[in-house]
Amino acid sequence: MKPVVISDLSVAFGALRVLHDVSFDVAAGECFGLVGESGSGKSTVLRCASMLWSKWTGEVRIGDRSVREMSAADRCRTLQMVFQDPFGSLHPRHSIRTVLSEPLKIQNIPDRDDRMAQALCDVGLPVDFLDRYPHQLSGGQRQRVAIARALIVEPDVLFLDEPTSALDVSVQAEIINLLMRLRGEKGLTYVMVSHDLAVIDHMCDRFAVMQAGRVVEVLNREAIAGNGATQAYARDLIDASLEYERAL
Amino acid sequence: MMTETAPRPETDTATATATPRRRRTPQALKTAGTLLRFLMRQPPSAFGLVVLALLVGTAILAPVLATHDPYVQNLGETLLPPSGAHFFGTDELGRDVYSRLVHGSRITLTIIFLVTIVVGPIGLAVGTAAGYFGGKVDIVLMRVTDIFLSFPSLILSLAFVAALGPSLNNAIIAIALTAWPPIARLARAETLTFRKADYISAARLQGASPLRIIWRSIVPMCLPSVLIRLTLNMATVILTAAGLGFLGLGAQPPLPEWGAMIATGRRYMIDSWWLVTFPGLAILAVSLAFNLLGDGLRDALDPRQMHKR
Ligand SMILES: Nc1ncnc2c1ncn2[C@@H]1O[C@H](COP(=O)(O)OP(=O)(O)OP(=O)(O)O)[C@@H](O)[C@H]1O
Ligand SMILES: [Mg+2]
Repeated sequence: MKPVVISDLSVAFGALRVLHDVSFDVAAGECFGLVGESGSGKSTVLRCASMLWSKWTGEVRIGDRSVREMSAADRCRTLQMVFQDPFGSLHPRHSIRTVLSEPLKIQNIPDRDDRMAQALCDVGLPVDFLDRYPHQLSGGQRQRVAIARALIVEPDVLFLDEPTSALDVSVQAEIINLLMRLRGEKGLTYVMVSHDLAVIDHMCDRFAVMQAGRVVEVLNREAIAGNGATQAYARDLIDASLEYERAL
Repeated sequence: MMTETAPRPETDTATATATPRRRRTPQALKTAGTLLRFLMRQPPSAFGLVVLALLVGTAILAPVLATHDPYVQNLGETLLPPSGAHFFGTDELGRDVYSRLVHGSRITLTIIFLVTIVVGPIGLAVGTAAGYFGGKVDIVLMRVTDIFLSFPSLILSLAFVAALGPSLNNAIIAIALTAWPPIARLARAETLTFRKADYISAARLQGASPLRIIWRSIVPMCLPSVLIRLTLNMATVILTAAGLGFLGLGAQPPLPEWGAMIATGRRYMIDSWWLVTFPGLAILAVSLAFNLLGDGLRDALDPRQMHKR
């Protein structure tokens, strides 16, 4: 289990400053949420912290090492990501076998067949799915494959970018329960972006509210029910979400 | 391309893991089979396929199909019209036009084959690299491509052949040099549309090198449209080759190249129509076949149509 510490993360795309000194830390084995309106920079935080985008300033540490200092191989085996859209995150011409064996080949991990079978088993899919292609799977099954792909290299930290928002409500619950179970079993640390405070409430111990590239407030899960936020923006966000839930 | 339903789910998981490799070839074969069946269902692409099959068959069986030696001159039998002894007549040196056409198919096929294996990989490599890396790599590669693109291809081939000396091999090199830029442009445009896709990000997070990402993730996505474009380009390639042959800059006499045959035949065209007509028809049929097949492939490989089948 490894903690994640993000300090003073700033990014600009051209003249546009997208993140302003974002800082938060996530304890080892914790599930930490990121909420905020569309365009507030949640995905950008994850893309920077995972070095998919490297032109930022500040520091991101996982365990006792900065992500910038890690080699690509170390980073791969330390942190992985699950993306929002299960239709865009699997290569349309790769079979599930290819999807799962690629990371093992790249990282020279032995016992590929056993690991692939185990990874599918972990996410609750039958082994004969290995010879299917993404278009032969449902959205929920695809997301399970994406989770299996992320976990097959045994990372310590998993970044989840709205892992359930493209899915049906009943499938959402399955994926969330799966993620919770895997975190317990494998001792993972999660950083999860979500629009849905109910999901955050269910999964996360703490969460950060973001607005326009800044972290407005970091709150505990308990703050949601009674709306214990102190900052105006965070209060509004939680109020809106509570009202929406009551209306349902 | 993968439209077939998955192999029957096996109840015994042990056999499913024990035979992982064997399925791949049948899958590819089945895909090719589906593709062929689709192409044969449309009359135009079926015509294209049949003509190309005939071309390949003729090239392979040329010594059997030919009734005469294509190089042997017989000055006693010059410029004879088509007859039972000479199906397509004889030329100004008494050579059998039919036999020369049959042997000429080998030259056409060689040109097509060599140009394809040079142009496809070069175009794909340049285009995908430019699209994937972006920035300076993109600028440099695309300016080079632009320079090649800004000349009409026949003029550029002419210049190359003039510089290198006229011969069949130089004509092939010249054609290849002028045929890759459109492929590179196409591959780059395709690459740009999915280089930001999440599956590319996922591959990067797995530590895949840029080369591996291009080869394993990007090339398979570009391949269908590049194949279509290559097929459509073949018509131009054949015409350029014939044009170079016609101008005396391609295959040299006595090689029975179709364009060169027309070139020498044109002097006797008024009295001996068969000298230019039959090579002309052969060029027409083959380039038309490639065009029709390319159009058929475009329909067949269109992802929206693929899922319907
Ligand atoms: N490559 C880029 N170039 C320029 N601007 C960008 C780029 N990527 C993101 N942005 C901008 O950065 C801001 C934050 O984007 P980001 O994707 O992080 O938002 P988000 O919080 O994840 O939103 P959503 O909830 O809709 O996914 C947006 O205003 C977006 O326009
Ligand atoms: Mg986002």
